Amino acid sequence: MSAFWSRFCQNRGAVIGLIILTIVIICAVAAPFLFPRSPWSMVQRPFLPPFEMDGLPLGTDALGRDVLSGLFHGARVSLLVGLVSTVVALAIGIPIGALAGYYGGMVDDALMRFTEFFQTIPSFALAIVLLAIFQPTLSYVILAIAIVSWPPVARLVRGEVLSLRNREFVEAATLSGQSNLRIILQQVLPNALPPIIVLASLMVATAILLESSLSFLGLGDPNVMSWGYMIGAARTVLRTAWWLSFIPGLAILLTVLSLNLIGEGLNDALNPRLRKRTS
Amino acid sequence: MSLLTIDNLSIALPKGADRDLAVKDVSFTLDRGEILCIVGESGSGKSMSANALMGLLPEGVTPSAGHIQFEGRDLLTLSDDEMMALRGKDISMIFQEPLSALNPLMRIGDQIAEVYEAHNLLTPSERRKRALELLHEVGLPDPETTIRAYPFQLSGGQRQRVVIAMALALEPKILIADEPTTALDVTTQAQILDLIEDLRRNHGMAVLFITHDFGVVADIADRVIVMQHGEVVETGDADTVLLNPTHPYTRALLDAIPRLTFRDSAEQAAQPILSVRDLNMTFTSRTGGFFKKQRVVKAVQNATFDLYQGETIGIVGESGSGKSTLGRCIVRLLNPQSGVVEINGQDISKIRGQELRHHRRRIQMIFQDPYSSLNPRSRIGTILTEGLIAYGTDKATARAKAAELLTLVGLDPSAMSRFPHEFSGGQRQRVGIARALALDPEVIIADEAVSALDVSIQAQVLDLLADLKTRLNLSMIFITHDLRVAAQVCDRIIVMQRGEMVEFGPSAQVLGKPQTAYTQSLLDAIPGKDHEAALAAQGAPA
Repeated sequence: MSAFWSRFCQNRGAVIGLIILTIVIICAVAAPFLFPRSPWSMVQRPFLPPFEMDGLPLGTDALGRDVLSGLFHGARVSLLVGLVSTVVALAIGIPIGALAGYYGGMVDDALMRFTEFFQTIPSFALAIVLLAIFQPTLSYVILAIAIVSWPPVARLVRGEVLSLRNREFVEAATLSGQSNLRIILQQVLPNALPPIIVLASLMVATAILLESSLSFLGLGDPNVMSWGYMIGAARTVLRTAWWLSFIPGLAILLTVLSLNLIGEGLNDALNPRLRKRTS
Repeated sequence: MSLLTIDNLSIALPKGADRDLAVKDVSFTLDRGEILCIVGESGSGKSMSANALMGLLPEGVTPSAGHIQFEGRDLLTLSDDEMMALRGKDISMIFQEPLSALNPLMRIGDQIAEVYEAHNLLTPSERRKRALELLHEVGLPDPETTIRAYPFQLSGGQRQRVVIAMALALEPKILIADEPTTALDVTTQAQILDLIEDLRRNHGMAVLFITHDFGVVADIADRVIVMQHGEVVETGDADTVLLNPTHPYTRALLDAIPRLTFRDSAEQAAQPILSVRDLNMTFTSRTGGFFKKQRVVKAVQNATFDLYQGETIGIVGESGSGKSTLGRCIVRLLNPQSGVVEINGQDISKIRGQELRHHRRRIQMIFQDPYSSLNPRSRIGTILTEGLIAYGTDKATARAKAAELLTLVGLDPSAMSRFPHEFSGGQRQRVGIARALALDPEVIIADEAVSALDVSIQAQVLDLLADLKTRLNLSMIFITHDLRVAAQVCDRIIVMQRGEMVEFGPSAQVLGKPQTAYTQSLLDAIPGKDHEAALAAQGAPA
């Protein structure tokens, strides 16, 4: 574990990413305590620019709502959507990939054609269609994002399992009478974990971007304050009050960047052999 | 004045490695037309020395002291460009695995021509002509066809000949051969060794030959350097070192080489414990396509034999002879097309699913590669107990049994809480043996169980297997490509060629008076036979 940690810390970008993400998480956790009022409530006159009034350091938006409060509450939504939808996507993708890779043949063909069915449709378009069918509540947003983002997981897991399933230790487990399910869970998947972890960290970033894009288009949950919604609401006043789009945009940028940096650091730490020459 | 002089060379490993210096204070000379063998076990620093010579040390590893004098220049002080001009032209190298040393997407002729191109020599047509001459010289059949072939179309031995042709292209003064025959069959190995001898004689090249196999040393070397833990422990003429070793480590290595000796067959019980009848296994490529014929490989044809309680049967043959496939069919990692595999009278060749799982424990396997046969993410305790638990043993009993097994194979029971990577290759193989024994199998199949181990470790593991066999009265099928190992442990031997059993009988008979030309050719190819004869002439070693 300490070796893992020291390898992770060798990547300076990853440490910076971790610091940024920690700050974002702290903001999300602290939001209801620092801003007990709803982020939707009007507190001052509209279009108050940043740094003009004490107590409202980032000013107000077109309807007089506190931008800073929206930013903090938006962090909650973004992180929640990113994490939960990634977990759901992994829960769909890992079993499908593992079964396809382990059993091969017909099972593989069937599951992979099914996966390709999802892969051939542009993921953003599919998410829009799904949300047009479902109710636009937070849980459906999460579900829609999960549904469009599991195919790469399935493909990755399948590839890993394919290369692992003919290893001698898997054959030894077969010979010692273990069931296929046990072999997949005990022998194969633990060894496929490092690339899955790396992919998952990047998927959280993609999910945050997807949620923001959906909210920007007005397809997000209308009852929760999210960064995408804030940008979407401010786009009509882009020329007169540019900061209203810029501030939440910066938040998205930093969060996604930090997750990508962490993903790269995890990759270095979990696959030390692949790294060697980059330094 | 020697062609190459190495003075007190030390090579430093990066911090955190298991020792500070990969190579410590190594000095030797290499003369024109001489074959110098560097022998040692894995980790002895023999390859590092050669890589330093070529300026090919891995990143983080640097020479820390000493000189390498070649034609009045110190190779360690040359710049990258000067080194590049030298490589291939004055010193060239051949590697262990010819397939990875060749570019898979380039035709053989182009790869040889590239050597001239890199040094800006000759015109394209002359390069082609030289390539043909070289292929002819290294004894490749039909050079005109080979020059247009891709590496995958050639056999392992042919590829190694191509690599040698490339190394010879610029008539180097020194050829470094790093385990050039380790990945090859014995018969091919013998041919490549002959080729290297011939080239040395015809070109007056000096050869630095790195190997772990004393049989090869005995066949080819003029002088020998023995290395251990990065230090030279013994140097001298091949005959002196091999017949009168002075250093205890050299002596231990020499004693560890299995001799081609025969053992008396064990008494046969009345009932065979395992009986195989007309077993067939054919591999068919998945798709044929319109223009390509479907490839059909008859890996095992009509294999028939009986294994009795307490007996060891060896299956020997070259790679691709179907010996591993036969073993895998018997344990049902593969499903044979036809035939019968009976254990104590019960046919297990056709059962499937749950029923098969219930019978799995009756035949267990010991695998070749001690690194990939243990799950890197499981503790030894889990590896040894998961089979028992799968058959319904409770956890405490299983752990007690695992501890017992570890003691049996010569490891401390505290190993249970450790991970595989904390053990050496030999220790891992002991864990593999303990795992195979855990389920009290009726038959054990050892698939090249000692091939990946250093010779001294190999001897220890073979002793362990022999000891377990007498103590537990094990019945074993021992698959190996090494006839000397087979002679040492097997009561009876099956010789396989292209999927067929060409010979089957007691070891002494098969290896002593072989009936087929194929078995004879396998026996003739064993390296170091002259040495063994010399040893015999010298009388029993003191």
